[in-house]
Amino acid sequence: MTSGIAAQGPYFLAASPLPAEGIAQHAWLLIALPAFGAAVLLLGGRRTNAWGHLLGCATVLAAFGYGLALFLSAGAFGEAARVRELSLFSWIPVNALQVDFGLRLDPLSLVFVLLVTGVGALIHIYSIGYMAHDPNRRKFFAYLNLFVAAMLLLVLGNSFVSLYFGWEGVGLASYLLIAFWHHRPAAATAAKKAFLMNRVGDVGLALAIFIMFAQLGTTQYTEVFARAGEFSSAQLVALTLLILLGAAGKSGQFPLQAWLPDAMEGPTPVSALIHAATMVTAGVYLIARANPIYNLTADGRLAVMAIGAITLLLGAIIGCAYDDFKKVLAYSTVSQIGYMILAVGLGPFGYALGIMHLLTHGFFKAGLFLGAGSVMHGMNDEGNIRRLGGLWRYMPITFATWGLAYLALIGFPGLSGFFSKDAIIEAAFGQAGWRGWVFGGAALLGAGITAFYMTRLMLMVFFGKERWRELRTEDGREYHPHESPLVMTVPMILLALGSVGAGFFFAQGHRLTGYLAPSLGGLQEAHGPLPALAITGLTITLVALGALVAWLVVGRRPVPVERPERVSLPVRAARADLYANAVNETLVARTGTWLARALVFLDNRGVDGLVNGIAALLGGSSSRLRRLQTGFVRSYALSMLGGSVLVIAALMVVRFA
Amino acid sequence: MNVSTLTTVFAQGPVEAPAIDFAAVAPILIVFGGACLGVLVEAFFPRHTRWTWQVVLALLSIGTAGLAFGLYLREFTNPTTTLADRLAVDRPALFLWGTLIALALAAVLLIADRTIEPGGSFVAQAAVRAGSVQDHALNIAPGGTGPAGMRTEIFPLTLFALGGMMVFTAANDLLTMFIALEVLSLPLYLMCGLARRRRLLSQEAAVKYFLLGAFASAFFLYGLALLYGYAGSVKLTDIATATTAGDRSDTLLFVGLGLLVVGLMFKASVGPFHAWTPDVYQGAPTPVTAFMAACTKVAAFGAIVRVFHVAFQASSWEWRGVLWAIAIASMAIGAVLGLTQTDIKRMIAYSSIAHAGFLLVGALALTEEGRSATLFYLLAYGFTTLAVFGIISLVRDADGEATHLSQWAGLAKRSPVTAWVFTFLLLALAGIPLTSGFIGKFVVFTAAVQDGMAPLVVIALLMSAVAAFFYLRVVVLMFFSDPAPDGPTVTVPGVFTTVAITLGVLVTLLLGVYPAVALDWVGPGLAFAP
Amino acid sequence: MPVLGVTTTVAGPVIEAALAAPVHPAQQPPPADPATGLALYVPLVLLFVLAAGFAIFSVVIAPFVGPRRYNRAKLDAYECGIEPSPQPIVGGGRMPVAYYLTAMLFILFDIEMVFLYPFAVSADALGVFGLVEIALFIITVGFAYVYVWRRGGLDWN
Repeated sequence: MTSGIAAQGPYFLAASPLPAEGIAQHAWLLIALPAFGAAVLLLGGRRTNAWGHLLGCATVLAAFGYGLALFLSAGAFGEAARVRELSLFSWIPVNALQVDFGLRLDPLSLVFVLLVTGVGALIHIYSIGYMAHDPNRRKFFAYLNLFVAAMLLLVLGNSFVSLYFGWEGVGLASYLLIAFWHHRPAAATAAKKAFLMNRVGDVGLALAIFIMFAQLGTTQYTEVFARAGEFSSAQLVALTLLILLGAAGKSGQFPLQAWLPDAMEGPTPVSALIHAATMVTAGVYLIARANPIYNLTADGRLAVMAIGAITLLLGAIIGCAYDDFKKVLAYSTVSQIGYMILAVGLGPFGYALGIMHLLTHGFFKAGLFLGAGSVMHGMNDEGNIRRLGGLWRYMPITFATWGLAYLALIGFPGLSGFFSKDAIIEAAFGQAGWRGWVFGGAALLGAGITAFYMTRLMLMVFFGKERWRELRTEDGREYHPHESPLVMTVPMILLALGSVGAGFFFAQGHRLTGYLAPSLGGLQEAHGPLPALAITGLTITLVALGALVAWLVVGRRPVPVERPERVSLPVRAARADLYANAVNETLVARTGTWLARALVFLDNRGVDGLVNGIAALLGGSSSRLRRLQTGFVRSYALSMLGGSVLVIAALMVVRFA
Repeated sequence: MNVSTLTTVFAQGPVEAPAIDFAAVAPILIVFGGACLGVLVEAFFPRHTRWTWQVVLALLSIGTAGLAFGLYLREFTNPTTTLADRLAVDRPALFLWGTLIALALAAVLLIADRTIEPGGSFVAQAAVRAGSVQDHALNIAPGGTGPAGMRTEIFPLTLFALGGMMVFTAANDLLTMFIALEVLSLPLYLMCGLARRRRLLSQEAAVKYFLLGAFASAFFLYGLALLYGYAGSVKLTDIATATTAGDRSDTLLFVGLGLLVVGLMFKASVGPFHAWTPDVYQGAPTPVTAFMAACTKVAAFGAIVRVFHVAFQASSWEWRGVLWAIAIASMAIGAVLGLTQTDIKRMIAYSSIAHAGFLLVGALALTEEGRSATLFYLLAYGFTTLAVFGIISLVRDADGEATHLSQWAGLAKRSPVTAWVFTFLLLALAGIPLTSGFIGKFVVFTAAVQDGMAPLVVIALLMSAVAAFFYLRVVVLMFFSDPAPDGPTVTVPGVFTTVAITLGVLVTLLLGVYPAVALDWVGPGLAFAP
Repeated sequence: MPVLGVTTTVAGPVIEAALAAPVHPAQQPPPADPATGLALYVPLVLLFVLAAGFAIFSVVIAPFVGPRRYNRAKLDAYECGIEPSPQPIVGGGRMPVAYYLTAMLFILFDIEMVFLYPFAVSADALGVFGLVEIALFIITVGFAYVYVWRRGGLDWN
């Protein structure tokens, strides 16, 4: 228990949220529009091939426009009135049990609506160009629309159950999109891996929801949060850990991070939208949303912080060793989400900071991925950075936008990442005792490593020798790098603008944190052992150092086209994903296999025997009883008479015995 | 009505004409009026024009009845009785009327379809041997313009049965209930014997149904007489008053109740009074089976709920245990015997026996929740089962409907849409979430648990698991078996059948996704007429 | 119970109930005493006993007092007065279906007309309402009659 609860006061102890009025009454349109697009594209079949992608873009753009209008109209309300609920229908209105479905329009969900529809719309537009030659482009847009609809349901729902529906929906969309090129074995495998590892997390979330329901009889946010005090402390810890497990599965956090880099087998816009900007941040959203529960248990928050810190270092270290453009970005995503998880683990000191980093990250990471896509688009889908180099001359727009996003990510002063990441590092240092040093130190170190691997990427792709000149693609074609069409570059430019300005805009006068207060409670200032300015200075120094080292390693020396095999132990470990797959293999897969074998044995001998026994019993009695159905009216009448005699006899016995 | 009131009628001064709330009973009057007009159409119109007239008349009658019903519903406020207390006009009755009207409309559409089976599913002249010269002659319209021969009496019969069902669910005394029972049963007996294909099977089914139905009616009448002896009145509320007084012969009460229950359970095809169900479901023409399975179940359980909740609530302590046993028997018979059926219509018949058991669980919860849950279940089950039989009528080979399960193997490869729709409906029957069947079971079992019947609900859950097996067996058969080379084809249905099936599927889906529409209807304030 | 003697026509039970009422001691709703509730059935039981007694008496006494002059027709099974099947000479062993149809129709309309008796007995008391009701009833029966007539149910051939 910390003083954090006090800060929640006015919002959560307040009575139920106000009903939605005005244009907010039609907030269901947000979900309905992309869902409609997906339905039309999937059901319409080939007939919609010609204009399907336009419809896909239009629905998301319309949703964005509507979301923006909602956002602006909500801005007019006072702070306490910003949480609104729109009751759509009650699903099962049986007296004791009321399962209502509704939307919760509050700062947190509105911010996500804007992120999902805004970035989503840009990436939809980008995909028109990127998928122009794909025969299944219509299906691609249908899945993208499906994803947007599910993600909006996830963030807009007013109960944990509707969140879970959206949660599974985005999981499905993600699965479909990773396996979009399912003729590639790698893509099919990656999709399966993502699906399975997500299930592990989903089980956690589902169990958490069961606990809530068992204890409180409801999963409605307002109810659960208002009555969170009714949980026993053991239940609280279980809840927080299970929710964390769910978040880790969806957000690629330790120990469930291994699926995310593999998911890059999907088309690049998918990587940008789902596996960088939006879906993978659902875990952060979940923990931030459940903040009244996390406020009640310091142990739960500690677990969150620990997972966040471990993941941010892990992701950053592995990111240094990869040569695949998108995989480096993927590990960077893992690492950055680690920052966000760390931030929301800080409790009232960090919820809003986590969301802020999530938003800025949404801009620059989407920009980085789209840039990567643009590079690959112009380079015959070549993703190995050892075979690229010196591209800035050929793709000026891509280079410029990518460069800005890069600077934002490493935390270049004045750009987005600087404001959001720096704030997290500061807040982490502000934790009391050893925690401040450990988590703050991890975050600081992570910033340095981030600068290293991102600079390495930058140098190897856009600078240095044009290594692709002497190389051919696998099927023998030459490389002819060229800038991408307008439909692709415009979204990149817009995202670059966001990468530059969003951080300052949000941080200016605590604009975002103040805005989010009705959802997350007021942000508390952390006061650590080090002055804020010192931390900022340290961060900038470390970032500069990381970039410098990168330049020393890959900028000054020629880069070998083939990956050197004789490398030091740490590099080898990093290349092996820090043995995450091996750990999974030993801990999960192998034990799983043993367990499965044991179960199969038990199943064959015991359960199957039982089941077969029951089945045989039922089947046997069924065939025996069947003979009673002789087809003779006389025997039917006799059975009725017998039944009547029994009924009357039984009534008599009950009455007079 | 007892002896002394009879005396008043015959021996004393002028009687007051009973007040009739015409607005309330208009739907019933319209349905019966339509039926009578249908008889006249049969009498005066030439044979080849009758089908058109009858279809228009039947649809018009049911539609107008629905309209009158809707108009009355808007003005309905308090539960009341009309026609000298013979008929109760209360929310349960109105809900069931609405359900029956909607189901009957869909059933009439199925009955009227002539695209699936050329000339319709009904025989032109039941006494003529199939395939004979006379039979052939009857099937040719004058001028040789195609098949026309069909017993169009089926339409007025349907309307008579529907009217009887509506009275049955609203009957406020046992005598009215008995008359309504006969009015709804007699047309059904006839309708069962009119199949064009497999005539002997159909006629055998009709005779069986008639004999056993008469037998059951006798039970009902016997019970009625004894209860009259017990309470001195046949009015449900008077019986309720008598049971609370508790100064009369309990023998009369319980023997009477037992016999009455047998009569009712027979109509609702609750085991062990179910024996007719598989034979009749199988033998009857499929559209008639659809009508019977949906509407008769609704009517019978409407009456069961009313009898239990109005007349015997106070004495429930003594009889509820016995009814538990009946419910268990019904669920077990339906679920277990369904496992080894090889004919799809028989399988669905056993499914309906199992469902009758589940419905009885709801009807035994003598609370407002139990009542509303049972009514909701009836609505959900009616539409699902109607659509199920609609689909069954589509899968055919040269001999008519291909009802043997082996013929359904690999259906998904021949006609994926049919297979998917049928799968959805079977899942609804099994009670899988996002279908109306799940919500129905959910609310029924919740109500039962709340009324202290947890052990019964546990058994019901087990039985629904067993029953789910045979539904899934069909799904597996359709999707994962190779189609037989000479397997059946799926007929493309005409407008009528398409509309009926679509309606059933949509309602099944709607009530699964958004059950609040109906649950609001049957929600709190579901009081019976005083 | 002199009432019991009045069982005359098919409409017996109804009229009997009606006529039984005036002499019944209790004009009020049945008393709460369970014994009296059952006592209502005493006349019915007596009727049963009488009917059964008559049947047994007839069957038992007939062989003793009746003359025994057998012929072929007398030894045949009794089937409503016509010669029972099979009749190898007439109609190839088949029964004319029209016979059953006519008999069935007779019974149906006969029973429906029985309702006219109670109405006629108390037409005064029932007044205009009763008249309207019975008119409706007759019209409804008329529908059935018209159906039978138009569809050839009354044609012998």
